[in-house]
Amino acid sequence: MTTVTRRGKKPSAWVRLLRNPSGLIGLCIIILFVAVALLAAFTISPFPPAAQHVKDRLTGPSQTYLLGTDLFGRDLASRLMEGAKNSLYVASLSVLLASFLGISLGLMAGYLGHWPDNLIMRIMDVFFAFPALLLALLVITVLGSGLNNTVLAIGIVYTPIFARVARGPVLAVKEMEFVQAGRSLGANPLRLILKHILPNILAPLLVQISLALSWSLLTEAGLSFLGLGVQPPAASWGVMLSESRGIAERAPWLMFFPGAAIALGVLGFNMLGDGLRDVLDPKTRSKR
Amino acid sequence: MFSYLVKRILSFLPTLLGVSLLVFLAIRLVPGDAITATLGTEAGMLTDVQRQALERYYGLDKPAWQQYFIWLGEAIKGNLGFSIRHGKAVSSLILERFPLTLELALFAIIIALIIGIPIGLLSAIKQNSIFDIAGRFLALIGLAMPNFLVGTLIIFVLSVYFRILPNAGDYADFATNPLKNVQQLFFPAFTLGFAFSASVMRMTRSSMLEVLNEDFVRTARSKGLANRRVINRHALRNALIPVVTLIGVEMGYLLGGAFIVEQIFALPGLGRLTINAVSQREYALVQGASLFIALNILVINLLVDLLYASLDPRISYDDSN
Repeated sequence: MTTVTRRGKKPSAWVRLLRNPSGLIGLCIIILFVAVALLAAFTISPFPPAAQHVKDRLTGPSQTYLLGTDLFGRDLASRLMEGAKNSLYVASLSVLLASFLGISLGLMAGYLGHWPDNLIMRIMDVFFAFPALLLALLVITVLGSGLNNTVLAIGIVYTPIFARVARGPVLAVKEMEFVQAGRSLGANPLRLILKHILPNILAPLLVQISLALSWSLLTEAGLSFLGLGVQPPAASWGVMLSESRGIAERAPWLMFFPGAAIALGVLGFNMLGDGLRDVLDPKTRSKR
Repeated sequence: MFSYLVKRILSFLPTLLGVSLLVFLAIRLVPGDAITATLGTEAGMLTDVQRQALERYYGLDKPAWQQYFIWLGEAIKGNLGFSIRHGKAVSSLILERFPLTLELALFAIIIALIIGIPIGLLSAIKQNSIFDIAGRFLALIGLAMPNFLVGTLIIFVLSVYFRILPNAGDYADFATNPLKNVQQLFFPAFTLGFAFSASVMRMTRSSMLEVLNEDFVRTARSKGLANRRVINRHALRNALIPVVTLIGVEMGYLLGGAFIVEQIFALPGLGRLTINAVSQREYALVQGASLFIALNILVINLLVDLLYASLDPRISYDDSN
């Protein structure tokens, strides 16, 4: 499809994202995901997620139970909705924490340079030496399992990535004339960082946020699958997938639907990340 | 190159110290004191005198910084503590279980390369063809499916349709029974390698596309060389360099991913040992395993950096550059 735009007037990033197939599909999946989570947050679901219908245990998908029931007779669709809410809660809060800590550290390291830069980035290197899951396990060993501790664990795990992604562009932007001018006029460093440097490095950070949401969704599901994240009877897609083991032969829907939900959620954030990268990265843009 | 090597090793040491400090502090931050953490409910039965004697024995009566250096000194000597539950030294438990985890990770890399490189290359060579679109779609699916989902699906398909339960029997190591070992590790390694093959495919494709547009490839083509020869002799080697880096970067992911895969397929590796140690609050074991894995990853990263330098003639680590 060819779109005609007036010469000299570049379409906004939003329009470019909506025209990007990967970005558009990713955005649609995430909107669906958020809508389902919001419905669960306002307790709008076919059944209460913890309600047990003992007579209807392990019933396949039907008109009454859209996606079937589990071993305790709980409605799978309602639990999937509750799982979407919990997964989105953990993913968004942990990425919020990681991006706040990581971007702050990256901005400080890049702007201050010298020994603070060295110190901060060497500390980040220490965190990079651990696989994400192992670091999360280490944090959970200290804090214990549970919804909020999972948020903290995942937030800590992904902080160094944000620090590294933020620091690189700061090094380039701080040498630009408008920042140098601000410095020479004696502008407050905090104001300079927040008002002038941060807006200029937002593009790679937005891409990173989208990708980090997909990783944190995966890490939460992985931890919950291992029994170290969200604790039953609270619903989480990882917990539900783990609970399906052993009975999947009799009730394959218990494995299929949570599995598809995890894959779809991750796919959505990955595609949005790819779309954002295409739209915001000047290198990719110039190639198109 | 030599000065780079020295610098790289010197920068490795502070990171290693930082890793040891983080692992030490993490376990110090566990709520309650170390004696209670180690003995659990049995700690309540200790008298004050017994508790003080134990504190003296474990060096817990000393200041924290002194405890750290004592612990570090012992760790360097190979003493990572004792696992009460297993009745064995932590270091010997780790050394017993690590070969399986490493073998699993290496097997997964081989599977990922076998799947990812040919698809990535063909995707690049036949850019925008049906094959390319299918390959990219496969990669997208591969990246969206976590290994615990792939593993659960594989076990489901094998048990329901083929009546096979992978690794239901005793685990056989490679030295004792290589054939059984490969049979037992194939599905876990495939599970672990599936998502990685998607990354390899994407990296190979983009890097091959970049190389195919380079001047030296155009020159080779303009000399009249056959397309196959241009690809095999000129483009392939250069296109695969980023894949080597990817393997290094993803080694941590693979070792971490092996944790879940070992748990799903009931393999007695280091990952399963660590996960159980976290559930059972065996702090010395969590501490030892974390330190050991982080050390491995640091060493792998160092080796990859050096390998990268030797593979790519454009990269020089001389001071003049």
